Amino acid sequence: MTKSILLIGVGGQGTILISRILSSGFAEMGFDVKMSEIHGMSQRGGSVTTMIRYGDEVHSPNFGDAEADVIISFEKSEAVRALPQLKKGGTVITDDYEIFSVPVLTGASEYPFDALDQLRAEVPNTIVIEAYRAAEKLGNSRCQNIVLLGKLVNTMGWDEHVDWKALVAANVPPRTVDINLRAYELGYNM
Amino acid sequence: MSEKIMMSGNEAIARGVWEAGVHVAAAYPGTPSTEILENIGALYKDDIYCEWSVNEKVAFEVASGASIGGARAFCAFKHVGMNVATDPIFSMGYAGVNGGLVFVTADDPGCWSSQNEQDNRWYAPHTKIAMLEPSDSQECLDFVKAAYELSERFDTPVMIRVTTRVCHSKSLVRLGDRKDVKVRKYKSVPGKFALLPATAIARHPIREQLLRDMAEYGNDCSFNRTEGKKDAKIGVISSGISYQHAREAFGDDAAFLKLGLTYPFPEKLVKEFCSRHETLYVIEENDPYLEMHIKSLGFTEIHGKDQIPECGELNAAVLRRALFSEEPGKTYHVEAKAPARPPTMCAGCPHRGFFLALSGVLDRVVPAGDIGCYGLGSQPPFNGFGFSLCMGAGFSTLVGLSKALEKQGDPRKAIGMLGDSTFFHSGITSLIDIVSSESNVIACILDNSITAMTGHQENPGTARNLMGEPSPVVDIVALVKACGIDDDHLRVVDPVDLKAIRSALSDAIAAKGPFVIVTKRPCVLIKEVAKANGTRHAVIDPGMCIGCGMCMKVACPAIAFKDGRSVINDGSGCTGCGLCTQVCPVGAISIVEE
Ligand SMILES: Cc1ncc(C[n+]2csc(CCOP(=O)(O)OP(=O)(O)O)c2C)c(N)n1
Repeated sequence: MTKSILLIGVGGQGTILISRILSSGFAEMGFDVKMSEIHGMSQRGGSVTTMIRYGDEVHSPNFGDAEADVIISFEKSEAVRALPQLKKGGTVITDDYEIFSVPVLTGASEYPFDALDQLRAEVPNTIVIEAYRAAEKLGNSRCQNIVLLGKLVNTMGWDEHVDWKALVAANVPPRTVDINLRAYELGYNM
Repeated sequence: MSEKIMMSGNEAIARGVWEAGVHVAAAYPGTPSTEILENIGALYKDDIYCEWSVNEKVAFEVASGASIGGARAFCAFKHVGMNVATDPIFSMGYAGVNGGLVFVTADDPGCWSSQNEQDNRWYAPHTKIAMLEPSDSQECLDFVKAAYELSERFDTPVMIRVTTRVCHSKSLVRLGDRKDVKVRKYKSVPGKFALLPATAIARHPIREQLLRDMAEYGNDCSFNRTEGKKDAKIGVISSGISYQHAREAFGDDAAFLKLGLTYPFPEKLVKEFCSRHETLYVIEENDPYLEMHIKSLGFTEIHGKDQIPECGELNAAVLRRALFSEEPGKTYHVEAKAPARPPTMCAGCPHRGFFLALSGVLDRVVPAGDIGCYGLGSQPPFNGFGFSLCMGAGFSTLVGLSKALEKQGDPRKAIGMLGDSTFFHSGITSLIDIVSSESNVIACILDNSITAMTGHQENPGTARNLMGEPSPVVDIVALVKACGIDDDHLRVVDPVDLKAIRSALSDAIAAKGPFVIVTKRPCVLIKEVAKANGTRHAVIDPGMCIGCGMCMKVACPAIAFKDGRSVINDGSGCTGCGLCTQVCPVGAISIVEE
């Protein structure tokens, strides 16, 4: 059975890095893996998504609405944007972090401040963490993605056959290995 | 598994180019093709001469020269880039090659970052050039290598057609070694390569014969294969990424004809397959390219675009809904709406100052846009232009537009804007047209020293090339002058200096004849620029801010309006460009370094 994961965030948040780590992990588990990222225009502060699919044999790298088993959202309103892609029974892991888009800043669009309450009420498997704040406290807000990764791995019980910490260490800039490993631990135990 | 690695289609194409022993590679950037040459430049430049050419036509001619000279040559562009390059491509279709010549067109179904969804498969029959369509990263690598053998065996350029989901998806790839290919001796063969009418007319039948030979080869080659249940009632024909979606939507109950070589069309193979199965489907994104070929063979009952959408990307769910009327899957729903989050100019973007100033004179000008980061200036609150077509058109359309405005008695002046890379690409020829037609228009070059929109590729104004070496800088202002613009009709300004850019605009509106404004300030995302900016950022004195909202008109992602006061967002990437300080009526914003 092919499993589908959607990562969503705002340009520059580091969704691609954890997609790379996740794909390596699934390959290590012996699965076929495909990952699809859309960039280009989306780099300029737009919404960015990455899809990962793993299983015995994966054909399409991308999937449609109501097909994601898990959504990982780096920004709380982006979790709402991605929701139509979640299948019934799926899991949402989202950061309780807000980034205002320019239309929100200029008053042309409204920010859904109560998004998380609504998500919790509607989706039984909603997990909210403060990944950005935790990374900031740790000393580098850019580790937000790795905090989320730790939470994801623990939630999904994916740590049996893969040394995720080794994968984190192999994929982050050498100078930041220590802080990223701590970020992973932190997320894992949240 | 362990010796396989995850690679994007673009990385795998670059690897394939290297493994094929290629000597010369040239491209002009364009999503989703850009990473191909970026990877060649980063990983394989010791073995392959590679360059960002000024445009796609030039890139293809660089590659053609290498091929005629005996080297294996490569070229890549996005789908609309092929429109720019087709003149030499048609010629090379007649001439054929010396060293193998392979090029990639990267199409963009879904318009993720393009001005259209054009389906470049039609170019293969049109240019009489063989076409391969890989479906995943492994095939990207394998097909590129095989394409060079095809190219040299059949004396033809080979086009590899990929799409965004092939370019930007990663899958597991097994790598090989680089083949040691000697550069063939250059021989002058005017009867083949000097395409005067007499040569061309003689080449044409040779070309047609080669196409027949290749079609024969296509009926029995490793690019095309059948899969799945041999005696299935349902037969599915597909190519490229659509094949992956088809496999997933139809599962194990169908037979599949997976086509990798889709021009010349393997008629015999397709006929045999179609005759074996009762119900036939052809699955393809965008246009009915395969479908029209198959129908022309007499299989008019085949299902395709009668059910599958022509517009946008496909995926397995879209197919299941279209073909099997499957209900949409069950999901969740909340009342909350995600806010609009369009791509916007970055904090500190030098284009912002230009658009802020332009928005003040919109009653006196009619603006034309172009393609680049400044395309984002068309959005509110700047509403910087009402139309944009393709690269270079931001200048050339002004000539015709000014005539149309004149003829309807509209006193407003036509003004166009394009970037440094776009100026080199095709804006310069348009500027020459403006000068020689003495058009009463304003042409603005927004020079940020880099090709920013596509992710920072070097261009002739950058002082460095794709191989990381220093390179001569082509001086844009000197070029403008050489085109015939004198000092009275030229302003060079810093776009973050609002007073300067405003006064340049009013001079330009008052002047008669062609007028050029060059705004000069490097993109804030350039590493050296970001470093030099250091910790510089704006602060707003909450005691002084009167909450008038003037600074919100700058539409910078670094400034937010909270509880009736403007604030600088934390972690917003403010670069301290100072544009907002110039619009604050009470001087509440200052720039600090800390
Ligand atoms: C014919 C063609 N080739 C390539 C592209 C892709 N493309 C879009 S914008 C752009 C670069 C623009 O660079 P520049 O003019 O310097 O503006 P900047 O983004 O730096 O502001 C490119 C290459 C395209 N749209 N059309």
